[in-house]
Amino acid sequence: MENELNKKVLEELVKVFSDDIKNAEESFGMLSVTVNKNKIFAIVKFLKENSETNFNFLTDLTGIHYPENKEDLGVIYHLHNFFKNHRIRLKIFFTTQDSYVDSLVDLYSAANWMERETFDFFGIHFKGHPNLTRILNMEDMLIHPLRKEFPLEDQSRKDKNDAMFGR
Amino acid sequence: MEITDKKIALAKMPDGHEGAGFFATKLDDAVGLARKNSIWPLPFATSCCGIEFMATMGAHYDLARYGSERLSFSPRQADLLMVMGTIAKKMAPIVRQVYEQMAEPKWVLSMGACASSGGIFDTYSVLQGIDRIIPVDVYVPGCPPRPEQVIDGVLKIQELVQNESSRRRYSDDYKSLMESYGFESGK
Amino acid sequence: MSQLEKNNTDIIIPSQEKEYSILNLGPTHPATHGIFQNVLKMDGEIIIDAEPTIGYIHRAFEKLAERRPYNQITPITDRLNYCSSPINNIGWHLTVEKLIGAKIPKRVDYMRVILMELSRIADHIVCNAVIGVDTGALTGFVYLFQQREHIYEVFEEMCGARLTTNIGRIGGFEREWSNKVWEKIEKFVNNFPSALQEFENLLARNRIFMDRTINCGPISAERALNYGFTGPNLRAAGVDYDVRVMTPYSSYEDFEFTIPVGTQGDTYDRFMVRLEEMKQSISIIKQAIQKMPVDGGFHADIPDFYLPPKEDVYNNMEALIYHFKIVMGESTIPKGEVYFCVEGGNGELGFYLVSDGGRTPYRLHFRRPCFIYYQAYPEMIKGSFLSDAILTMSSMNVIAGELDA
Repeated sequence: MENELNKKVLEELVKVFSDDIKNAEESFGMLSVTVNKNKIFAIVKFLKENSETNFNFLTDLTGIHYPENKEDLGVIYHLHNFFKNHRIRLKIFFTTQDSYVDSLVDLYSAANWMERETFDFFGIHFKGHPNLTRILNMEDMLIHPLRKEFPLEDQSRKDKNDAMFGR
Repeated sequence: MEITDKKIALAKMPDGHEGAGFFATKLDDAVGLARKNSIWPLPFATSCCGIEFMATMGAHYDLARYGSERLSFSPRQADLLMVMGTIAKKMAPIVRQVYEQMAEPKWVLSMGACASSGGIFDTYSVLQGIDRIIPVDVYVPGCPPRPEQVIDGVLKIQELVQNESSRRRYSDDYKSLMESYGFESGK
Repeated sequence: MSQLEKNNTDIIIPSQEKEYSILNLGPTHPATHGIFQNVLKMDGEIIIDAEPTIGYIHRAFEKLAERRPYNQITPITDRLNYCSSPINNIGWHLTVEKLIGAKIPKRVDYMRVILMELSRIADHIVCNAVIGVDTGALTGFVYLFQQREHIYEVFEEMCGARLTTNIGRIGGFEREWSNKVWEKIEKFVNNFPSALQEFENLLARNRIFMDRTINCGPISAERALNYGFTGPNLRAAGVDYDVRVMTPYSSYEDFEFTIPVGTQGDTYDRFMVRLEEMKQSISIIKQAIQKMPVDGGFHADIPDFYLPPKEDVYNNMEALIYHFKIVMGESTIPKGEVYFCVEGGNGELGFYLVSDGGRTPYRLHFRRPCFIYYQAYPEMIKGSFLSDAILTMSSMNVIAGELDA
């Protein structure tokens, strides 16, 4: 851990949530902490309100799918501390059957649509979200397209000649 | 002065028979001439091609000199539906509805690769060409097409407008075209 | 209720017995620049609530990016915020360069800065001209779009395309900028300030425009931060957050510029912030031209990712192998994940790239500023008239391509 700010934040986190931190590493200068899924709301609240860490801005919230792992779905959060200009990444992983995560809408209003987009693309349910419906795809779509098992192209086309395109 | 010597044609006169105080020509020619120079487009701009259309309407390329001065955003008053940009499957019913609301005679110009065939977006959410849902008259390729290409497309529409017979919209060919797209044939 | 108090929500308290009407500000509407739908609940002329629906131009960029090698993703990033596509392209290249650890020469950095500032001016021209059009002032639009044609000429001279540029390569640029490019940039930098002054004289202190836009769609700094606002919208609300200053990239720390900040976060502030930013961009371009290093070339020395010149490919075995590997996508990309952000025309455009060592990204996520700040729209228009809602939407500069990705 090279960066001083990263060390400080990790220390503060370990003081309060030592059992819930599964992994911490520094990739390309940014601290990346993998935490327990059930404590994510408490951890983000702590990071936001604690005067030492003070992460007042939610930069990004997105999902990821690793089908080879046991815990195949994940949610990635990027937080930003404007006062010290420090960024941090939080990750949680869970299985497809257990894909229920606490919503962060009460802490950051920005999380509203970002969680809807994650639900739309990966099928991750956010508990406590005011309106968890599909946002970018059509409402009646059945699949969650960004999961690895679903193809990119529309499968109902009949006019493409796959042999010409190397498929 | 030399200017009065040059004959400036505002519009090319159709073939006809001229006499003292009258000019006789075919009704189709006269109607075609009037229609072609006063097309009111409906700019259905969805994405990047919309910005190129704004540049075409600007002072540098000026689509207005071809008669398209008044853009109509209401389909009831428009002649030419210009679909510019990617049409996603979520948007497709709306394009169809706008097309249905337009009154005959109507033409469709599909601007850009995305509207013509789906473009670079061969994905689950993009409609691979608007000619799957509405009949298209002129396709303008490009990503986005240059304003000169758009003007070329509009000029081709003008050719179609000028040479169209006034009975075309009632003919069996047109009715079967509309039915093949699922539109009820008009009166 | 006088015209001056029209947006004071304290006076307008709708009674509970009234019936509200539902108005559909549908996807195809002349004033919504882009396709998104808003279902408005109205009490006469006052808006009580709004429910936005987006996704009408969802093109699945993130899924598409998982299929394409790294240098083929640049055309997709073009179409995010298509009014300023070079910024998106360069942001993507910077992300990949951070992942592979490339060292970029200063000259390339300065060239990129000039390009990004030109596209920022192009983006702000569209937004400000369109705010004018929505208040009925069409003259400003025609005057400013002429300047945009000059920017297009510069882009065309550099890369061949006007709008969706696909400019640059991982590691720099594909060719050295010809003398014509420099001439055109100089000409633009000399002529644009007076054209902008003409536009400013039309609108900035115009009594009608000010009455129309002051107090129209305001948002406070705390709510803006909570909603994840970045860019000119956040700066209009009073927070001076600019990615170019906070986490400088591409040698922005070498340039001196001020960040214009508003007070109330209303439409007038957003208009003025963008106007001032255009002036700052011109100043940055002038500084970059003045301080441009003479040597450094136009690309970094990363043979694994940057195509070698054709003469070398035909004569040199090593260059041939590199060319083959790059085109077939066989270069070794390190594994890892990186988040990189640039200051786009609308705010912090972030790229979250997860690489598993393969030829295409494992996951690429775009942090799109428009998507995040458009959530605040219902809150911003509550209690205002319909025409003010239209004006608020156009002043927020919502680009449909960036909204839906």
